[in-house]
Amino acid sequence: MGRLSELLKQLTDISQTPDIQLKKYLGQGKKVIGCFPPYVPEELAAAAGMVPMGIWGSGLEPVRAKAYLPSFCCPIMHSSLEMGLDGTVKGLSAVMIPALCDALRCITQNWKVGVKEIPVIPVTYPQNRKKAGLEFLESEYHLILKKLEEIAGREVEKTALEETLDLYNRHSKVMMDFAETANQHLDIITPFVRHAVMKSAWFMEKAEHLELVKEVTEELRKRDPIVWKGKKVVLTGILAEPAELLAILEECHIAVVGDDLAQESRQYRTPIPDGRDGIERLAEQWGQRNCSLIHDTGKRRIIQMREAAENTGATGVIVCMMKFCDPEEYDAPLIGKLMGNSDISVLNLEIDQQAGSMEQLRTRIETFAEMI
Amino acid sequence: MEEQKQTAVSEPPKKKKILSKSRIMVGEQLTQLYQDTIAAKERGEKIGWSASIFPQEIAEAMGLFIVYPENHAAGLAARHQAEEYLNYAEGSGYNIDVCSYARINLAYMDLLTAPGNNMPKPDFVLCCNNICNQLTKWFENVAGKFQVPMYLIDTVYNYTSEASEEKVRYVRSQLDDYISSLEALTGKKLDPQKLENVMRVSLRNKDLWRKANELLAHKPSPLTGFELFNYMSCMVCCRGKESTTAILEQLISEIEENIRTGKSTFPVEEKYRIFWEGIACWPYLGHTLKTLRNYGVNLVATGYVNAWGLEYEVNDMDGLARAYIDLPNNNNNLDTIVSRRIEAVKQFQCDGVLYHVNRSCKVMDCQQYELQRRVQEATGVPFASFDGDQADFRAYSEAQYETRIQGLVELMEERKRTQKEEADGKTE
Repeated sequence: MGRLSELLKQLTDISQTPDIQLKKYLGQGKKVIGCFPPYVPEELAAAAGMVPMGIWGSGLEPVRAKAYLPSFCCPIMHSSLEMGLDGTVKGLSAVMIPALCDALRCITQNWKVGVKEIPVIPVTYPQNRKKAGLEFLESEYHLILKKLEEIAGREVEKTALEETLDLYNRHSKVMMDFAETANQHLDIITPFVRHAVMKSAWFMEKAEHLELVKEVTEELRKRDPIVWKGKKVVLTGILAEPAELLAILEECHIAVVGDDLAQESRQYRTPIPDGRDGIERLAEQWGQRNCSLIHDTGKRRIIQMREAAENTGATGVIVCMMKFCDPEEYDAPLIGKLMGNSDISVLNLEIDQQAGSMEQLRTRIETFAEMI
Repeated sequence: MEEQKQTAVSEPPKKKKILSKSRIMVGEQLTQLYQDTIAAKERGEKIGWSASIFPQEIAEAMGLFIVYPENHAAGLAARHQAEEYLNYAEGSGYNIDVCSYARINLAYMDLLTAPGNNMPKPDFVLCCNNICNQLTKWFENVAGKFQVPMYLIDTVYNYTSEASEEKVRYVRSQLDDYISSLEALTGKKLDPQKLENVMRVSLRNKDLWRKANELLAHKPSPLTGFELFNYMSCMVCCRGKESTTAILEQLISEIEENIRTGKSTFPVEEKYRIFWEGIACWPYLGHTLKTLRNYGVNLVATGYVNAWGLEYEVNDMDGLARAYIDLPNNNNNLDTIVSRRIEAVKQFQCDGVLYHVNRSCKVMDCQQYELQRRVQEATGVPFASFDGDQADFRAYSEAQYETRIQGLVELMEERKRTQKEEADGKTE
């Protein structure tokens, strides 16, 4: 296993220690921009020579954030705000926060008040994604680029942006290749390892991450595919945490063969289209994304998830329902209905980023494993 | 210093409530709206369901019949008829965390029957997300259920103090798309002359609503502020109709008559005046009102004062777009909301602010703590908050509400005493 183990350990460590990554980049004299979930134009920060770094909360119990948020606000927002208030992300040059749900709208304001030393760059996305919506988004991206250029102290050349977008496209392709190849090696790429490879992307420069994941995939391909004798599922939701949840899946011999998670494949399954202008290309990518936080009466994110399950031989879908996440809560009742005539079963699990008692989840997953 | 104990004012003897003329008119108007919509559906006309701060002017000018699920859900909750719907929605897989108006309506869309007013199946749904993002998801599910078009006017959150030109252009474009799509769907054309008239009526109603609310700035207030909740349906469901003009003119004349004669519908001495932040707690409207009244506390101002203060020029569609972006508090940044609240607390001479931590409304609640701090800092006015919900009775505790009101009354009394002592000190 030698090199593969090393790579997976490195990615796992990085996925669990974003604070160390932040210090590393700051120590290298780089400026780092915090990126709130689920989407911000991080490519613009990267093109300006800065390091975009995901802020996806943590497993720690929030204390200071309780002065801003009621208990029924999303745990990711709670702990992400806490990371600003308690100094965990000290050193960031700014944070980009998308106003894509009601909690996120408010977080743009709470951050501005509570974390004065780290400026907030709110990002608003159009929900109607016809021509006028995408033109509005282009204007929004131009404003954001200007703010980022001020922070970076330099202008972004057209070629730099094009190169960055190409890098992001290559990175997305590498991530999707990894996900596909991983399905032939479910003994090595456990639910936890798969998550770690995906999550680590948020805390590294994309070029560096691309090379590591590419190498992981190459190492996997050197090995003979295995026939997985356990169960196969697709995960859907915002993210699949805490780690204890993934450990239970592994204990129940359930492999993750695909996902529709905002933190994972939703980031990579929509390439940035070709075009002449970088900003325009990024706006067009927004026009093609499918997500619970984007208006779509056709619910293509559910259709796409069903196809992922069908194409990978999954017999179950696990809805990782982050507590108090209303965009996902409105879609949840439709998931079972939109699975059509397939034999794919659906399990709806309410999760919290802060690990509490896992026994109820364990029982439900064990029962589900027997069903599928 | 001797401790002053707060005691509740004794409950006034119960009398049979005689409704004012304007109250009767508003009830009749709403019943008529639902009946007319059912009749239109039966005639084969296409009818719609709409979010409450959607640009109603267009459908109104086209003579379309529209009903409002938020109003329908609030009505069921206020009449204590929501439980069946809440249970049904939760049984269908909707999390208890989902907005209770939405849960009630998502149940109703399956059941299609309710005590009192009923809404026929929609042929289209109208959604504007200037109140919150949950509306978008809610109406998506309604449109999906009935397989009908959803016209979303996406107003985009205002993190700046007002809408940019780019945003206005985007919303204007959506309005144009909406008009042509609705014309194609219904076979009715939008007559510019009729639109102009509806805009005029809407602007008149906006002014009248504000005037009715602002009359409560008179001290003591000529009205129990809670009574204005009864007139909200005019503005939610019928703000482009002349019948609303008649109701609000009648209401204003009744309030002005009270001022002229020194009367008030608030039946006890108005010892304290408060601002109510958030949506009404419909299932416990009576309890929230009576508890305040028992302490001589009158609710004289709410966020509804300017909730429909849509300012635009007649025939200015860009202005209409801008108004629907800039008006609703929930579509605005915290600085804007704070300044509006400070202004209201001063204008209505409030002694306190009561915050409804409405379990359904994250967009209000998730920045409310900071709002509380800043309004108090700027005005010196004390506040209290209580847990509740706009339509889910399970989120409210009578005991907690009473305790919080007692606490607020103590703080208001203390502040009045301090102010008096300071004033006395200055005159010595």
